Amino acid sequence: MADTALTAAPAQRPNIDGLWVVPPLLVLAVLFFYPLGLIVRASFGEDAPSLATFEQVLTSSRFLDGLYHTVVIAVSATAGCIVLGFVLSLVIAFVPFPGAKLAGRLIDTVIALPTFLVTLAFTFIYGSAGLLNETLMHVFSLDLPPIDFLYSQWGVILAETTVYTPFVMRPLLATFATFDQAQIEVASSLGARPLRIIRQILLPASLPALVAGGSLCLLLTVNEFGIVLFIGAKDVITLPLLIYSKAIQEFDYTTACVIAVVNVALSLGLYSLYRLAIAHFGGRRAGLV
Amino acid sequence: MLVWSKPWRLAAWALTVPLFLVVYGLPVGVIVLAGFSGQWNDILPSNMTLVHYSRAFHTDSYDALKASLLTGVLASAAALLCGTWAALALRGMRGPSKRVLDLLFFIPSAVPSVSVGLALLVAFSKPPFLLNGTTWIVLIAHFILISAFTYGNVTAGLARIPADCEQVAESLGARPFYRLRRVTLPLLLPYLVGAFSLSFALSMGELGATVMVYPPGWVTLPVKIFALSDRGAIFDAATLATILGVATMVVLLGLSRLSTKAMVR
Repeated sequence: MADTALTAAPAQRPNIDGLWVVPPLLVLAVLFFYPLGLIVRASFGEDAPSLATFEQVLTSSRFLDGLYHTVVIAVSATAGCIVLGFVLSLVIAFVPFPGAKLAGRLIDTVIALPTFLVTLAFTFIYGSAGLLNETLMHVFSLDLPPIDFLYSQWGVILAETTVYTPFVMRPLLATFATFDQAQIEVASSLGARPLRIIRQILLPASLPALVAGGSLCLLLTVNEFGIVLFIGAKDVITLPLLIYSKAIQEFDYTTACVIAVVNVALSLGLYSLYRLAIAHFGGRRAGLV
Repeated sequence: MLVWSKPWRLAAWALTVPLFLVVYGLPVGVIVLAGFSGQWNDILPSNMTLVHYSRAFHTDSYDALKASLLTGVLASAAALLCGTWAALALRGMRGPSKRVLDLLFFIPSAVPSVSVGLALLVAFSKPPFLLNGTTWIVLIAHFILISAFTYGNVTAGLARIPADCEQVAESLGARPFYRLRRVTLPLLLPYLVGAFSLSFALSMGELGATVMVYPPGWVTLPVKIFALSDRGAIFDAATLATILGVATMVVLLGLSRLSTKAMVR
C-alpha cells in the first residue's frame, strides 16, 4: 500500500506543519473518497447522468420495505440498548454484587468481538431445536417447538440489543464512576426511595452519556450487516443486506449503488447527530468513534 | 449504595445477575459447548468430540485463520502508521481547517461497511487501479474501516500526554525528529498499542466489506464461519467462532499487558 512506503517523520518546522497532513490525506482520498465518489457517480446510471434509476429504486417496494425494516429494527434495538444498559449499569455501579467489576470488564470485551457471534449463539439457544425449545418441549411434553421468533425481525432486534448494549454502558459506567455518591446518601437520608433517586438524580446526571451512547447505537444498528445476514430470515431485509444481495447475488451494481448512496447519506446524518450530541452535552465519547 | 435494605438489595441482584448471565454468559457458553459436541438433539449436547477442532486446524478453515490473522496485522499496522501520522500532523493545527480535516479522518467510521465494500468493488474493478480479485482489496477494505478508530485513539492519547516533557526536550535543543522519536512516541506508546489492538480486533471480526470484495484465495475467518453456518455445519461454525474469539482475546490481553508495562516504564 502507498502509505507503507512513506516513513519520514511528521511535524517538523511550524511553518510547513500543514503540509504534513498531505500523505495520510492522500491515502484516504485514493482509497476511500475516490471509491465513494464513484458509487455516487454510478448511481446516476452508466452513460448520461439521469435520475431515472434513483426514481425507479426509491419507489420500488423492495427498497421501501428495506428502509422500513432498517428504521424499525434500529429504533427498537436502540431503545432496548438504552433500557438494558441503564439498568445493568445502575446495578453494577450502585448495587455492586460480587463479581461486578469482572462483569464490567466482560462488557468491554464484548465490544471487541464480532457481532454475528451472538446470532450463532442464539441459534443454539432460541432456534427451533435450541436449548429453550427443547427444554419447554420436555417440560410440557409438546410436539412442536413453542418459541419461534428468532427468524423474524424480533430475533434481529434481540441480537442487536445484546451486542450494542455495551456501547451504552461504557459511557454510563464512566459517568457513574465520577458521580458523587454523597448526593445519593443525602437524598436517601432525607427519605427518598431508590426509584425517586433514580428518576430525580441519576437519570438527569446520565443524560449526556445516554444520548451519546444511544446515538452511537442508532448509527451502528442502521449499518448492522452480520446479524441480519446470519439470521437469514427471508422477510427481514435491511438496507445493507439489500446492497449485498443486489451487488453480489444479482450483479445489479447500479441499483446497489443507489441504495448505498441512500444508506451512506442516512448514516452520515446519524453520525452528525452523534457528533452534535457530544458537542452539545460535552459528554464523553461512547468508546469507539 | 443506592439500595440500603438487605432484602431489596437481594431482590435487585436476583433480577439483574440472571439477566446478565442470560444475556452475556449463555451465548458464550453455548458457542464454546457447541464446538465440542457431536450431536445436540436434547437439552444438552451428547457425544462430546474434538473432531470439529481437528477439522478447524486441518482443512481450509486453517487457511481462513491464517488469512484473518495476516489481514488483521497488516491492516492494523498500516492504519496505525497512517492514523498516528495524521494525528501528529493535525496536533499543531488550529481553527476551522483542523476541524474539517479531523472530520475527514473520522468519516470512514460513519460509513456502512457494506457500502465501503461496494465502493471499493466499483472503483478497483477498472483502470487505473485494477485490484479486484487480489488480496490487496481485502487489505484496503480493512484498512479503511479501522483507520478512523486508530486515528481517534491516537488523537485521544496525544491530548492526554503531558506537554512539559516535550517542552523541556525542546528547550534543551532537541531537534523535532529527535524529540518525536525519543520523547513523543515513547510517551504515546501505550495509546499506540491500544489503538493497534482495537483495530486488530475489529479487523478479525470484519464481515460486511470483506464479503463484498474477498477473492476465492483469501477467505477470512468471519466469511468462512458464515459459509459453514449457511450450509448447516453449525458445530464447525461454532468451533471457528470460539477460535476467533479466543485469538482476538489473547492478542488483546497480551497487548494490554504490554501497554501497562510501557506505562510503568
